[in-house]
Amino acid sequence: MTTENQDAPQKLYAAREPVFPKRVKGRFRTIKWWMMIITLGIYYIGPWIRWDRGPGLPDQAILIDMAHRRFYFFWIEIWPYEFYFVAGLLIMAGLGLFLFTSALGRVWCGYACPQTIWTDLFILVERWVEGDRNARIRLYRQKWNAHKARLYLTKWFIWLLIAVATGGAWVFYFADAPTLLVDLVSFKAPFVAYGFIAGLTATTFLFGGFMREQVCTYMCPWPRIQAAMMDEDTMTVVYREWRGEPRKHTKLKEGETYGDCIDCNACVAVCPMGIDIRDGQQLECITCALCIDACDEMMDKVGKPRGLIAYISANDEPLERAGNPPRNMWKHLFRPRTLMYFTLWAAVGVALLVALFIRPDIQVNITPVRNPVYIALSDGTIRNTYDVRILNKHGTEENFHLSAKSLDDDSEFDLEIQGIDGHIVTAPADSTHSVRVYLNAKPDSPAATRNRTNVRLWIEDMKTGERTSVDTIFNGKS
Amino acid sequence: MARKPVKKKAPVKSTGHSWDGIEELDTPMPRWWVWTFYLTIIWGIGYLIAMPAIPLVHGATPGLLGKSSRADVAAEIAAVKAKNAPLDEKINGMELSKIASDPEVGAYAINGGHAVFQTFCIQCHGSGAEGNKGFPNLLDDDWLWGGTIDDIYTTVKHGIRSEDDDDTRLSDMPVFGDDYLSDEEIASAAQFVLSLSNRQTDPALAEAGAVVFEDNCAACHGEDAKGGREVGAPNLTDNIWLYGGDLATITETITNSRHGVMPAWSVDGKLSEAQIRQVAVYVHELGGGE
Repeated sequence: MTTENQDAPQKLYAAREPVFPKRVKGRFRTIKWWMMIITLGIYYIGPWIRWDRGPGLPDQAILIDMAHRRFYFFWIEIWPYEFYFVAGLLIMAGLGLFLFTSALGRVWCGYACPQTIWTDLFILVERWVEGDRNARIRLYRQKWNAHKARLYLTKWFIWLLIAVATGGAWVFYFADAPTLLVDLVSFKAPFVAYGFIAGLTATTFLFGGFMREQVCTYMCPWPRIQAAMMDEDTMTVVYREWRGEPRKHTKLKEGETYGDCIDCNACVAVCPMGIDIRDGQQLECITCALCIDACDEMMDKVGKPRGLIAYISANDEPLERAGNPPRNMWKHLFRPRTLMYFTLWAAVGVALLVALFIRPDIQVNITPVRNPVYIALSDGTIRNTYDVRILNKHGTEENFHLSAKSLDDDSEFDLEIQGIDGHIVTAPADSTHSVRVYLNAKPDSPAATRNRTNVRLWIEDMKTGERTSVDTIFNGKS
Repeated sequence: MARKPVKKKAPVKSTGHSWDGIEELDTPMPRWWVWTFYLTIIWGIGYLIAMPAIPLVHGATPGLLGKSSRADVAAEIAAVKAKNAPLDEKINGMELSKIASDPEVGAYAINGGHAVFQTFCIQCHGSGAEGNKGFPNLLDDDWLWGGTIDDIYTTVKHGIRSEDDDDTRLSDMPVFGDDYLSDEEIASAAQFVLSLSNRQTDPALAEAGAVVFEDNCAACHGEDAKGGREVGAPNLTDNIWLYGGDLATITETITNSRHGVMPAWSVDGKLSEAQIRQVAVYVHELGGGE
């Protein structure tokens, strides 16, 4: 940033300075390659994993079935009213981000964010087509000719393929992947599928190929929010200026003492954000740690100790300046703040797991029909009407027996089901079945003459004997 | 710390506005921004030409594309009607009692009937079909003209005391207060009617009223006062009263008579045959159908 340039007026809209990250090898680059392989692997392969659920149900392991309002994840099936599972997962994702940010700074940005992953992939393609940093800069600066056009077109074409695959993979999560693929190539797929593919292709192509670090710097709110989660114990990528300065890249003369930085610019050349880490912490830095790898390599070559650029925390700096060793990394990581985030994260996770395992396979909802509140029949019987919804989560058609009991005086209600003789309702497999139920209270019975009687409606699975109930109110003539 | 000097950028002209030392610069907009702005203007002109845009005294300029929201809705309605036509045809050709339980048209008929009911019937019978004074409650099990699906169908189709339909359900309770009965006879008859549904009465008057009832009322309401559906005479022994079951209302009913009316919904194409069948099925399924 041009912080020192305060005397000259600045343009509010500066043209982007293109960034040409140099290839680098090292610990963190290896971690990032693996992160890329794992995350992209999950994303692209996810919808193609099959999972047998029995007849009539989809055999796709991960499926968001909008039309039938179901979410399938391997052996788990989520109904819309169980959306709290999704909410819980989002809360866990949020708390997980808090945890990692407070411990390791912008580690999400540097290693796991899709913007970083796809940009990394696009840079990989760029390097493969055009060569490393210097070749790319040369190509960028030279006039347009057939050679440049061929390389650029090749690069853009490969980017476009990746972008289409990215948009394509997205829609497979929402429909049976093999069927949809056939429909897509035979132009029989729904318009919305093509729309999503087109939109995501465009954003992937644009964000990964051309906007890159600008997305993080100008568009994304998360880096700004993350600042609130970092403190002096947070491990972040820091240039040990007290060790490196003053820097000098020419041979030392007799009697000269300089810092360890040989001013080779390796850290600047590899930076995907186009910054100089030696200027200190800055808002563009996504802590991808590639400058650490680049610097360590140089330090090895010139025979100086590694770690001129390293993950250290802010409160280690005064210690190190005073010539003391930094505190143990684990002491930074395990502190009340991170432990609290972890506890919250784990508590939500355990609660979700418990909820997942104790949830019933059948469920019943009831809505009293309050228009009118009650119906008086010719013999004085008081009737209340209810809409009952039975949720049958079994993969098979089930018969349910309905009964209703007064909670106030233990008497049974006379129960009728619209359109059905008897008390047995047949609910189709994996669906919600609605019936209209009448409860009749005999003339002058307590329920018929009382304003409110608490009622419990029981449903019992005729095959498994599983029972569940729901409470409601019976309104009498008062 | 040694830093590389930063390239000086060309100065931007000031607008001359300055507040508390903060100066407003005349920085040019980014080119993409300006082009986007021009594009919106071009788009706006195109939209003005292509779509209905400029309001005139009657309507607006039609636009080259001929877009009309009203026509769109009309087309949607026509499409739905065309889609439902085979279902309606099937309903029209079916036995009334078989419609509700038919897997193909049952739900369609009940929902369609509900829509018809919400449009044409709730004004008198109430949004929950709970009725009102003078307008029967359709949820209970008491019916003036019969509660079978065929009875309900006939009532909806031809109405009650409708002047527009010769087949309408017709009956005429005499205005007993005019010259048929004396005030005393009416009072005793009212007491007798009260006693029919086991309520407190003056035993002497009620006994006298029994004779009045026998002579004047039993012809329609029946010897046992359980009503007569062929003439729409209500059952007087139950707990359901169309106009009210208290002494004053019963006295008023005997004195002045009641002549409730209902439109004949088949006349002048108010409702189509299929709609009448649908609403009949809907009413029959409300819980009181026979």
